[in-house]
Amino acid sequence: MSFIQAFSGGVHPKGNKNTHDFPSIRLDDFSSVEILLQQHVGPPCVCVVKKGDHVDVGQLLGRADHPMSVPVHASVSGEVKDVSFVISATGAPVEAVTIESDRKYTVATSCTPPSIGSREDFIKMVREAGLVGLGGATFPVHIKLNPPKGSEPDVLLVNAAECEPYITSDYRQICEHPDEIIDGILAVMKWISIPRTIIGVENNKPLATGILDHELSKRRLDTKKEINITVKSLKTIYPQGAEKMLIYALTGRKVPPGKLPHDVKVLVMNVSTLRFIGKYMKNGIPLVRKRLTLDGSALNTPGNVNVPIGARIPDVIAAAGGTKEEPSKIIMGGAMMGFALDRIDCGIIKANNAILVFGSKEAKIPPESPCIHCGRCVTSCPMNLMPTGIDQAARLQDTENLEFYYVIDCIECGCCTYSCPAKRYLTQSIRNGKTLVRAERTRVQQEQKLREAEKVRLAEKEGRA
Amino acid sequence: MIMNLQVSSSPHIRDTVTTKSLMRDVIIATVPAIAASGILFGLRAVLIILISVFSCILFEYISRRIMKRDNTISDLTAIVTGILLAFNLPPTIPFYMVVIGSFFAIVVVKQMFGGLGNNFVNPALTARIILSIAFPNDMTNWSALRGAFHFVDSLSGADLVSSATPLAILKTQGLEGAASLPSYLSLFLGDKAGCLGEVSILALSIGALYLISRKVITLWIPLTYIGTVMLVTGLVGKDPVFELLSGGLVLGAFFMATDYVTSPVTRNGRILFGIGCGLMTAVIRLYGNMAEGVSFSILLMNILTPHLDKFTMPKPFGEVKKHGKA
Repeated sequence: MSFIQAFSGGVHPKGNKNTHDFPSIRLDDFSSVEILLQQHVGPPCVCVVKKGDHVDVGQLLGRADHPMSVPVHASVSGEVKDVSFVISATGAPVEAVTIESDRKYTVATSCTPPSIGSREDFIKMVREAGLVGLGGATFPVHIKLNPPKGSEPDVLLVNAAECEPYITSDYRQICEHPDEIIDGILAVMKWISIPRTIIGVENNKPLATGILDHELSKRRLDTKKEINITVKSLKTIYPQGAEKMLIYALTGRKVPPGKLPHDVKVLVMNVSTLRFIGKYMKNGIPLVRKRLTLDGSALNTPGNVNVPIGARIPDVIAAAGGTKEEPSKIIMGGAMMGFALDRIDCGIIKANNAILVFGSKEAKIPPESPCIHCGRCVTSCPMNLMPTGIDQAARLQDTENLEFYYVIDCIECGCCTYSCPAKRYLTQSIRNGKTLVRAERTRVQQEQKLREAEKVRLAEKEGRA
Repeated sequence: MIMNLQVSSSPHIRDTVTTKSLMRDVIIATVPAIAASGILFGLRAVLIILISVFSCILFEYISRRIMKRDNTISDLTAIVTGILLAFNLPPTIPFYMVVIGSFFAIVVVKQMFGGLGNNFVNPALTARIILSIAFPNDMTNWSALRGAFHFVDSLSGADLVSSATPLAILKTQGLEGAASLPSYLSLFLGDKAGCLGEVSILALSIGALYLISRKVITLWIPLTYIGTVMLVTGLVGKDPVFELLSGGLVLGAFFMATDYVTSPVTRNGRILFGIGCGLMTAVIRLYGNMAEGVSFSILLMNILTPHLDKFTMPKPFGEVKKHGKA
């Protein structure tokens, strides 16, 4: 086990990993679920069920026609109550299937362990399982596994950093299912032909590192074969688990802005994604359940739960023990990058790895004061940007300066806002700045097109005359 | 289920460090130097500091009130400005001049440019420069009240009650004056003529250590500043240790040049800022009209700060292309 220095910058938020030692609890008591037909980056799925149909667990609900799409499956058995557009947690209208559960969790007969004979089979299997990147970005895994020619990865990096405060679902995953994680890794290494794997775990989770090391040495003894998987301890610093930071920490390679990990010949997968692959190869049940951390000061009993995808957030909170005070803020995801919900009667999606329920004290955000130019945001930015400059330009809607400060390169990790002593809403302002720059770029492009069209028109006119 | 939920952009948690807590730390760091000036110069020094602080608070309150803006006294920055202004004044200064200095620092330099964060030069230093140009005699009158506490020299038997600062002695008398210069130890402890806060290097060092240990300041500016002054003065044959221990270099390097608002935010910017301050201080001390150049050099570098920031902007992580090239 070696220890690796991190990227420059980053912050040390209080870990708040209160749920570290709580084994995951499977919650099944849901009367109905609302499953969105778009839970990935890419176009929505096409619904293949209709009102009144009976569905079983694992049965296809949404067919993925577009190459970037990933199919969606039923997470409970029961009757389809409705297929309609709902407002998703992020505020976008998305088609959703509402299923009334019969609470039997009958598994569909189509769910059988897949047989894989080739790389193509494997990629197809991953897609049919409805798998997206479970770290939160929901990038379709089958696209990741199939990089363009010439950039085949030479190393698989397993992201088990879990640098977000509060969240422990990946950690519990490692503690509870190390065998399936290794199965998943070996399968990816075999079928995608990657010679080497590094698992990156932050050094505040020595137990996880130990469990994985133990599992690996057991395998080596059992199979009497060398397994090229190493577990590396990472410095505990946020955002160690951000893809670019993790790649740099584990391999020393830097992903240029606008590029993807395969451009530096690495494949990064979240530990939960790999565990799912390992499990799917055993039982053939698609991605229909999700492990998530429930925490926050308003909850009676914080912990890790395993719930069917589509279970509504109030139901999950109630089933997990309820609240002890009126929630002031409910966050989907972590405290640093999660999304504050304005309505909560939406279902759990594949990307969810935590629901944080903050009471009034925890939810309080201090008011902004003038920038004192202390430079803490600059020091803490893992992307080496100058958040204070971007903030100023964004508030002036100065797209020229926004480009000068590389606003587009921001990964929105929130380190600047976290560390700002003047409590400025830097990340929010930077997001506005990004939107402005993108709009401006589109405008310039369109103007260019119009100008060219005009040129052609004039030339034609001249030709006629 | 309908709830009254707060919605905000991530992140949803914040560090405990605030502008106020940083300013509180700076105030704590000045306590040793305040105590030293009280011991060395007597009660009058403490009175000057109090007048300066209270008039700064009052001017801050009045000007915000007149401009119909929020009251900002509670961010403690006016107190910091008040203390630092007093640190840059001689112990004999008439009290009304302290009030004039506070007026320039808070009203003209800080609030007229938009208040905290928007002043482009250091308020306390600019006020000091205005005072020393307006009242050159009163700002260089070191004679009275000296000798309140001279244990070092009384131990060695020497009587060195001088009416000029060590740097001024060196400037006006050259090598002949060297004999009347205080020892390193007196310079370090503060037994010399000078401004209230600059004399005791010992007290300033304790404060500086506190600031560094609390991560309020980084070492880039102080180290490059002091290093450059010592290097340049050493190269032309002066005594670099004497240059370090005399005048306002330590006060300037740790407390004035590191002022957040008027110094660069980037590491390289801070290094250039420190080197620039150092070069100018050395040149003024060696060749200028004045004996001391700390305040002017920091003021000039303050003006360059926005350009230093833009010039030293770091390249984004993984960035390979240059600006303007797609």
